[in-house]
Amino acid sequence: MDKLLEVKDLVVKFALRTGTLTALNGINFSLLPGERMGLVGESGAGKSVAGFSIINLISKPGFIAGGEVIFEGEDISKYNFEQMRSIRGNKISMIFQDPMMTLNPVLTIGTQMTETLLAHKQMSKEEATEIAIECLKKVYIPSPETRLKQYPHEFSGGMRQRIVIAISLLTTPKLIIADEPTTALDVTIQAEIMDLLLELCIKEKMGLILITHDLGVVSQTTQKIAVMYAGRIVEKGKTLDIITNPKHPYTQGLIKALPQTHKKGEKLYQIPGIMPNLNQIPSGCPFHPRCTFKKDICSQIEPSLKSVDKGEVACHLYA
Amino acid sequence: MSTKWQQFKNSYFFHSFIHDKVAIVSFVVLVMLVVCSFSAPIIAPHDPYDTTTIDVLDAETPPIWMEGGNPNFLLGTDAQGRDILSTMLYGMRVSLLIGLGAVFLQAFLGVVIGLIAGYFGGKLDSLLMRLADVQLSFSTLMVAIFISAIFQAFFGINKYEELAVPFLIIVIGLAEWPQYARTVRASVLAEKKKEYVEAAKVIGFGSGRIMWKHILPNTLSPILVISTIQVANAIMSEAALSFLGLGMPVTKPSLGSLINSGFEYIFSGSWWITIFPGILLVILILVINLLGDWLRDVLNPKLYKG
Repeated sequence: MDKLLEVKDLVVKFALRTGTLTALNGINFSLLPGERMGLVGESGAGKSVAGFSIINLISKPGFIAGGEVIFEGEDISKYNFEQMRSIRGNKISMIFQDPMMTLNPVLTIGTQMTETLLAHKQMSKEEATEIAIECLKKVYIPSPETRLKQYPHEFSGGMRQRIVIAISLLTTPKLIIADEPTTALDVTIQAEIMDLLLELCIKEKMGLILITHDLGVVSQTTQKIAVMYAGRIVEKGKTLDIITNPKHPYTQGLIKALPQTHKKGEKLYQIPGIMPNLNQIPSGCPFHPRCTFKKDICSQIEPSLKSVDKGEVACHLYA
Repeated sequence: MSTKWQQFKNSYFFHSFIHDKVAIVSFVVLVMLVVCSFSAPIIAPHDPYDTTTIDVLDAETPPIWMEGGNPNFLLGTDAQGRDILSTMLYGMRVSLLIGLGAVFLQAFLGVVIGLIAGYFGGKLDSLLMRLADVQLSFSTLMVAIFISAIFQAFFGINKYEELAVPFLIIVIGLAEWPQYARTVRASVLAEKKKEYVEAAKVIGFGSGRIMWKHILPNTLSPILVISTIQVANAIMSEAALSFLGLGMPVTKPSLGSLINSGFEYIFSGSWWITIFPGILLVILILVINLLGDWLRDVLNPKLYKG
């Protein structure tokens, strides 16, 4: 099967006054049509930057310094602004963290939905409204006809996120990038939204890139995982393999740090130390100062991704 | 239609309006003044523009309750024998027209420049805002005096009398746009960092659509508030210019030029020529400012009064 999306050696840098920061250091991953992938890592690992760089929307001092983003056979990282606009929101949609903020407070839901359609497709207002109602039904918003005339503040948080999802579905995209879509919601709503997203991805055969630090969410939704650390992918593989048998010490740490019901009352595990600042990444393996298995070689040579068992790991332990 | 009205009646806006006596009184007075001034040709007892009905023999007739008052002229007449009441009504119409026109021009220029400066930022922003600073460092009167001197030199006094209204609108509009530009820019800077703007970019909207359809509606309340204050300011600027003899010609007086024309007679006892238009101007400015204050309180929830 042809790949839907292939990210090749993507390098993203930020030109700051104090020098250039490398936020993404040559990451590689690919996605088949309808495939769901999780991008996991701590804050500052470069997950969101990776998501935004796919649709070339990195904010100002940031820029794509190298690599390719091949979507449906074309390198869209070289597209100009107009070409990119025809991809954004049309073939690739994005869902953000906070549904309170992503909807414009002074426009009705209907306006915001039909506007998206009219911007991308040739159709009348009536047709657009019909599709909007269809999409609201898909995300289980009751009485969508009256809801269309309401403003964002008349909805609850979970409903708003469902509306955001409905907006991203309008143009029947091939790929949805969800940047921590449930972080701003409480746990019960989280489950509801993730179930909905999963159901829609399967039904509409959409690809999904789920950016999150919540391994629990990823394990239930995605088919494969890429674990990121300091702008690099340190481990890739099938979701089940990584959750049950993590290779990289960092992934092992992340999984150990998950709260588990059978260990009630115990202190949660923490990976010692913090993610290094991007302008002072340690030499060799960027994880070695925090790693419990470090060897001499770790501080000298940076490991590259190598196939181990069914997945890929960047760690000297498996050399 | 009835549901729209119902919605409006239930809104916070309407609720706070009917519970604020000052707002109601100001609103009623303002509506009365506006209606009277724009229906001046119908309700005014005389037509001050029609020279055939003016008789110099009637000049400086005092108001009706004073000795020598003429029942034909309720508030007396001016030095040319024009009925003060009628002239005031016509004059207020001119004042309001210039005030509103100038504010529309200011708002248009200011909003466009403010949006562009705030949204695109960088060098363009610096350039436009320095331009605004320069503009603000000249007072409105200075700009107006300068431009009107040039205008009168080029086109002559006669042409000027014909074009006085659009000319004053343009002068006052050009002199005051930075007020809008700065306010709009400040709101745009705050709004453009919000995620809905990013979401709009992700959807693939162009800059123009994001600016006009998404950011502008979110900056409307400060624009509304300064608009009321700016209408009052523009009317005052016009009055000041007219008072200095640079505004409306005496043949088509505004409130300001009326005050000016009576000023020469104030010490000879004909105080009514200046005082009545003066009172009207004060009332007009006062109610507009009071309404503006009320509007600011309503639209800015952080300013709730206890």
